Amino acid sequence: MTTRTDTPSELQYPSGSDIITAIKAAGVEFVVSVPDIVTSDGLLWPLSTDPELKLVRVCKEDEGVSICGAMSYNNTRALLLMQQTGLMDSLNAIRAIGMDYQLPICMMVGLQGKEAALKPEDSASYGVRIIEPILRAMDIPSRLIETPGDIAHIREDIEQAYRNSTTFCFLIGRSPTP
Amino acid sequence: MRRDHALEILKPLVNEQIVVAVYQTLFDWMVIHPRDLNYVATGAMGQASSHALGLALANPQREVLVFDGDGSLLMNLGSLVTIANAAPANLHHFVFVNGVYEVNGAHPTPGAGKVDFAGMAQAAGYLEAVEFSDLDLFREGVTDFLAKPGPALAVMQIEAGEPYPRDYAYIHSAGARARFRHALAGN
Repeated sequence: MTTRTDTPSELQYPSGSDIITAIKAAGVEFVVSVPDIVTSDGLLWPLSTDPELKLVRVCKEDEGVSICGAMSYNNTRALLLMQQTGLMDSLNAIRAIGMDYQLPICMMVGLQGKEAALKPEDSASYGVRIIEPILRAMDIPSRLIETPGDIAHIREDIEQAYRNSTTFCFLIGRSPTP
Repeated sequence: MRRDHALEILKPLVNEQIVVAVYQTLFDWMVIHPRDLNYVATGAMGQASSHALGLALANPQREVLVFDGDGSLLMNLGSLVTIANAAPANLHHFVFVNGVYEVNGAHPTPGAGKVDFAGMAQAAGYLEAVEFSDLDLFREGVTDFLAKPGPALAVMQIEAGEPYPRDYAYIHSAGARARFRHALAGN
């Protein structure tokens, strides 16, 4: 098992407000979500009251895959915010709508149970360890968002997904600060 | 009430609306009323209502009709609550009920003959939920149903009609998606 070099006291956390700013800069109009404890305080609660974003609360995450895919037909941009358990539960919808149909499904997934100082593949949690290999097996590109510097890529990743009509997954490895 | 006969009644009422249909109802509809604003690519079973919600929210100026199936809706019952909560006035949801998984061997659906889809929709918060089992009554009532604001659900108690071809290759094709996108843009 490998660890990052930074100690817990040196860990940096991404800013939720900066992530929301990046999402909006990418043209996202709708956020579709089932609550996730990793992103709850830093992302979902703040964006739920953001007048520039429309929140669609869904009962199950695969609904969100379909909603985001359908919205893309007139270039309405959306982001599906969920936990990795919801990602796992939605794999067939992502396979069909995101990959087979080549629609721009942009997902932001909180890695519940991941240790802040460890990489996902080194986590003691089986449910965390398997996520990146599953995404690779499905040819879904992803980016780990853990530090303030990671946020700089969000806008371009979303814009590229919509430009190329491809699916993309952000993995939130540390809880964003409110 | 035969499904294809009910669809023939709907045909003159469908012009600029988006129609999201599934499985045998879709295959029937593609022959009865072929048009580029038919949204044929729902991808995963049960997801029609969720695609329709996305379309309704992203295209608030356009009416969206869902021709769902009972087996399909049973896979995504939570979408009734999600749709009611989002409250799109431009979404009218038909569920064609025959009590079987028609394209998968005609095995019975769980609760066939017992499930109350209209009651579920009402309990979820749909503004309107009606049921049709007679073709003449459907002909009399459908215009009124469509005139009311959504989200609204019509349960269609049907039996199969003509054996329309199951054109899976078309519904999953890139060409079908491109035609819909083009039509949605008004081209």
